[in-house]
Amino acid sequence: MIYLAVFTGTALLLSLVADRRKTWEGILFGARMFLKILPALVLMVVAVGLLLSALNPRFLESMFGGAGPVPFLAGLAVGAVALIPGFIAFPLAGLLRSNGVSTAVLAAFVTSLLMVGVVTLPLESRFFGQKAALWRNVLSLLAAAVVALAMSLVLT
Amino acid sequence: MKGEKSGIRFKTVLPWAAGGAVLFLWGASQLWPKFAFGERVGRSSLEMIREMAGILPVMFILVGLFEVWVPRKSIERFLGREAGWKAVPWLILLATVQAGPLYGAFPVALGLARKGCSPRNVFIYLGAFSTLKIPLLTFEVGFLGWQFSLARVLLSLPAFIIVGVLVDRLVPGWTPPEFVVSGGKTDLKPKAGQLGRGNP
Repeated sequence: MIYLAVFTGTALLLSLVADRRKTWEGILFGARMFLKILPALVLMVVAVGLLLSALNPRFLESMFGGAGPVPFLAGLAVGAVALIPGFIAFPLAGLLRSNGVSTAVLAAFVTSLLMVGVVTLPLESRFFGQKAALWRNVLSLLAAAVVALAMSLVLT
Repeated sequence: MKGEKSGIRFKTVLPWAAGGAVLFLWGASQLWPKFAFGERVGRSSLEMIREMAGILPVMFILVGLFEVWVPRKSIERFLGREAGWKAVPWLILLATVQAGPLYGAFPVALGLARKGCSPRNVFIYLGAFSTLKIPLLTFEVGFLGWQFSLARVLLSLPAFIIVGVLVDRLVPGWTPPEFVVSGGKTDLKPKAGQLGRGNP
């Protein structure tokens, strides 16, 4: 993340040196984009706030434990709905594994967490249109299920 | 059912009302300490805002500079329709060196689309971004082991390419929504088939 900020800062400086007007235009373009999606961002913050305070490791363990299709589907569903940054999600997944959650369920949770974003759907619809955003998420959920099943076959 | 007009109004009001509700819950938890749920909602919302504050300004400045400086031809050549499958390695390279959550990639993907990146490649880029970022992989390897990571990456690769192809097929004639450049007022429905200024 830091190198991206450094890169952007350098690009901004170079741009300022090269052409002030053009730089200002670019910044305005970005700012306008931000303002247009602000409502969708607010909605996302609220959804994440509510979800994160409802989810906790013990609750996840009780949902993901055991064998069969139910914990697998729970992994897919929770992964699809939740929006957890990687630096929290992977330690959490590691904790769940050491507490006996199976590889298949972990794979389902991680792949759908990464590929599907129900909480970010309003935002994604703003950027790419409702139809494309919906299809991308539905298909990604199916893809996550297939990838997770294949992973559990490969890893056992 | 309500009419079209009130539907739009509801959509406009909803995010702000929801934001207000969270503030209210948090405020209530400050008055009644027993109400821990409000405290938790407030705290995780604040965390989320902090995360976004660290990422989004950078992303939007980058996309703005990209918009004014990068010539359309170069993106068209590498990531446009004519580039064919040769675009995929570029998309993956572009996605892996980035960091941050998927919503940070949305403005970038839109910026690419505005410069002639084909719809299929836009969706492949989003898929690659969501699954293959290097900072993410280092975490994954650390906590779940390299076998897990390797299997996930190798199996996800064809999966998100197929998803990109299918989304392109299912939404024919997709063009980047115009709302980002349309003056000051907010368009709820993006108009198709137009490209913004600076793209003659």
